Amino acid sequence: MTNRIEINTTVNGETVSRMVEPRTNLVDFVRYDLELTGSHVGCEHGVCGACTIRLNGEIVRGCLMLAVQADGGLVETIEGLSENGKISDLQEQFLIRNAGQCGSCTPGMLLTADALLESNASPTRMEIREFISGNYCRCTGFEAIIDAIEKTAQTRQKER
Amino acid sequence: MSGSEGLSIHDRPNSYIGRSVPRPNLPRLLKGRGSYADDVKLPRMLHAAFLRSPYAHAEIVSIKTDEAEKVTGVFRVFTGDDIAKVCSPWVGVLTHLEGLRSPPQHALAVGRVLWQGEPLAAVVAESRALAEDVLELIEVDYKELPPAVDMEKALDGDAEVIHDVYENNLCWERNVNQGDVDAAFAASEVVIEEEYRFGRHTGVTLESRSIVADFDAGEDMLTLYHSTQAPHMKQALFAKHLDLDEHKIRIICRDVGGAFGLKAHAYGDEFATAAMSMVLKRPVKFVADRMESFLGDIHARDHIVKGKIGVSKEGKILGLEIDDLTGIGPYSVYPRSSAIEINQVLNLTGGAYVFENYRARGRVVFQNKPPMCQYRAVGHPIAISVAESLVELAASAIDMESMQMRQLNMAADDDYPNKTVTGIPLENLSHQESTTKLMEMVNYQEIRNEQAELRSNGIYRGVGFGALIEVTNPSPAFYGVGGAPISAQDGCSIKLDAKGNLIVGTSVTEQGQGAEAVISQVVATAVGITPEKIKVISGDTENTPYGGGTWASRGTGIAGEAAVKAGKVIRNNILDVAGILLQSEPETLDIRNNQIVDDENGTERMSVAEIGRIVYYRGDTLPKDFQAEMMVVQHYLPKSFPFAFTNSVHCSHLEVDVTTGFIKLLKHWVVEDCGTVVNPQNVDDQVRGGVVQGIGGALYEECIYNDQGQLLNGNLADYLVPMAVELPEIIVGHVESRTFESDLGAKGAGEAGTAGAPAAIMNALNDALRPLEAKLTRQPFTPQRVLEALGKV
Repeated sequence: MTNRIEINTTVNGETVSRMVEPRTNLVDFVRYDLELTGSHVGCEHGVCGACTIRLNGEIVRGCLMLAVQADGGLVETIEGLSENGKISDLQEQFLIRNAGQCGSCTPGMLLTADALLESNASPTRMEIREFISGNYCRCTGFEAIIDAIEKTAQTRQKER
Repeated sequence: MSGSEGLSIHDRPNSYIGRSVPRPNLPRLLKGRGSYADDVKLPRMLHAAFLRSPYAHAEIVSIKTDEAEKVTGVFRVFTGDDIAKVCSPWVGVLTHLEGLRSPPQHALAVGRVLWQGEPLAAVVAESRALAEDVLELIEVDYKELPPAVDMEKALDGDAEVIHDVYENNLCWERNVNQGDVDAAFAASEVVIEEEYRFGRHTGVTLESRSIVADFDAGEDMLTLYHSTQAPHMKQALFAKHLDLDEHKIRIICRDVGGAFGLKAHAYGDEFATAAMSMVLKRPVKFVADRMESFLGDIHARDHIVKGKIGVSKEGKILGLEIDDLTGIGPYSVYPRSSAIEINQVLNLTGGAYVFENYRARGRVVFQNKPPMCQYRAVGHPIAISVAESLVELAASAIDMESMQMRQLNMAADDDYPNKTVTGIPLENLSHQESTTKLMEMVNYQEIRNEQAELRSNGIYRGVGFGALIEVTNPSPAFYGVGGAPISAQDGCSIKLDAKGNLIVGTSVTEQGQGAEAVISQVVATAVGITPEKIKVISGDTENTPYGGGTWASRGTGIAGEAAVKAGKVIRNNILDVAGILLQSEPETLDIRNNQIVDDENGTERMSVAEIGRIVYYRGDTLPKDFQAEMMVVQHYLPKSFPFAFTNSVHCSHLEVDVTTGFIKLLKHWVVEDCGTVVNPQNVDDQVRGGVVQGIGGALYEECIYNDQGQLLNGNLADYLVPMAVELPEIIVGHVESRTFESDLGAKGAGEAGTAGAPAAIMNALNDALRPLEAKLTRQPFTPQRVLEALGKV
């Protein structure tokens, strides 16, 4: 339909060069062009947080960013953060506490939780609730997720 | 025969029943390695987008598709007439609901569109984005017709009749009359009447409805990668309406991103996608976007109930009456029908109590809105909100503590089996123990003292309760007797591999509630194998036994019992081989922690892995007349009771800001009795997640329509769902009254949270506002409605 544009990014540590339609959003690019399907699509208007991706170290909504905006950037997805071990303690607590049920929100929730703990090493439960309030979970009632994030923060504090 | 033959699963050593074992399918989801339908990418796969009606009611005068079909990358444009040639229409009625009627419904609208969002044409193109672009090139000439939107006017003489084959918009009516209600009201100390309204809301699964249809013209075989919770039912439906034999259809649903009942129904866009794959002989994918989910998914609730209760001065319920009206859209949904919800309301209202005089009328009407059908806790939130509000209003009128009045009207825990007022058998409930336990957890007196103190400072807090019975483990009485291809039985297959691992197939599906974990724990316990050596396969009609799937809180109770039975059989088969090899009687042996042991003292004799090796590679060392069977399958169907009812009781504590109308939930407690608890953490989180969906319906969620049948808030920014910051901590307690119908003794736990939370919240809200003489009975309780009740707007 439209002329494609070349973009060059680093995705989970790998250099990627692709021709994309200007209108392709970042999460569709990651899911369908790169076949990294761990980032999910829930609402496509920035409300649900299922498409949360890290771009240049900050979490973004993959549905509100265009792929071309990632040109020259550093993209990290749930797959990359799982491989490099950055969130392994969060994942462990999510497993023990059953903090993911259907798994749709889970990758976005993990990336959001990781961003919270980067900026606030010992958040209160209310601070956790506020920070993850841009991530919609229909299954858990959120309490297990809050427990898992709180426990991860406590464990990291102890290990310091 | 082994030493433990005939023993209950509850007597097994090294039991995994009652342990919070982590769910085996969760690690891959935590790594983003799930496999949902939209993750499937097949060679030569095409993408479908649907044209949906912008009108609630219109005639399709003409559809022109030639401009759309000229676009490069577009493979075909299908209209309703095109799809009707390959996909037959369906009728969403159940024969046991006498008088229920609904006309044939096509996958894509033919001739007329009956709700805003009804699909009427589809574009199949090389990408979804292109398919959506091209929708704009389809020219439809609509002739607008007056919509029947308001269910209260649907039966008026001058109402637009949606289906001209019927004389009016009535879909179904049921009346119940037990005892003498009028005499009961006449004899009552107080009679309370109230009207309750329940907004239309919807499921909002985070993963939307999705399907990849792959028709293999070489084998005439249709494989459907499908986000569903009832794969065998879907197999039967697709076979019937696409005119294929059932064995020519395979449904695969690996990971399902939430279902909540929403994914147990027939949807036209999904059938059309399968039909288009058959016509094009290529894979076709359709994934609903969020906007079309709001217009295309089933909606739920939408009831207006007039309720009336009469009580004696001692607080005994003498009579109860309800009159329920519900609008279900233009069709009764296939194949479960849109009459089950109101049927449940009539069956369950007041179900926690013993009383004799009950009158109920339920009317289901057609309207030009999206079809309404079963969503988590079907009917329960309505029945329970109405009864529990009437109980609290009556208790207040006779100046009695509402919990005291409840307990007075509940059966004693040893007074079971029992029956509801409408004659439905109740096997084994624990209302008295559960309510007593709840009151201990809540610290009620302290809350009351604090409430009185804060009121003097202008702070309005309230506390309210909701007691209930919940339908779980349904027998064929639910759907099968009505003619629907919906299985009430489930199966479990178990195969021992050559290394001593178990490959388990279950006919229920996993959509996050922990079915695979439960089956794994049950098998581990029944056989004596540790969970890490067990792999559970679900969601594949070709590789699992036949069964119903996961809905109506049936997975643990029914498929769990099938797993108990299969586990016992393969254990015995393994011990038969061990007996031969060890020259011991099988009944003197047991399997514990993957080892064959002497039953008496636990001495290890050999590993189960060694049994596998010998059976598969060295069968020559076994006797000539002996054949080892290392794969078994067993099924289970509840037969003694139509349903395994559970009971639970909720308490909500909240604060109302009387200036802004905002409600702050402070805490929520639930005591739940689901019989045997297989995985306590799982059950608690099922309850919590359920409570939060109940909170959604009570406080936030509503599909708002204008008088032309246009949805005004069909997106996630305008339709509010509960998020973490609005929610209270939810405390869950348990009582375990097993069902004696099965060895496992488990009932369902999936819906009691959603069932009871709205009642407790309504009661807490009205408790908070009582000194201000304000009362709210219309859910959701938005700030606007609170302020209206306070007379401030």
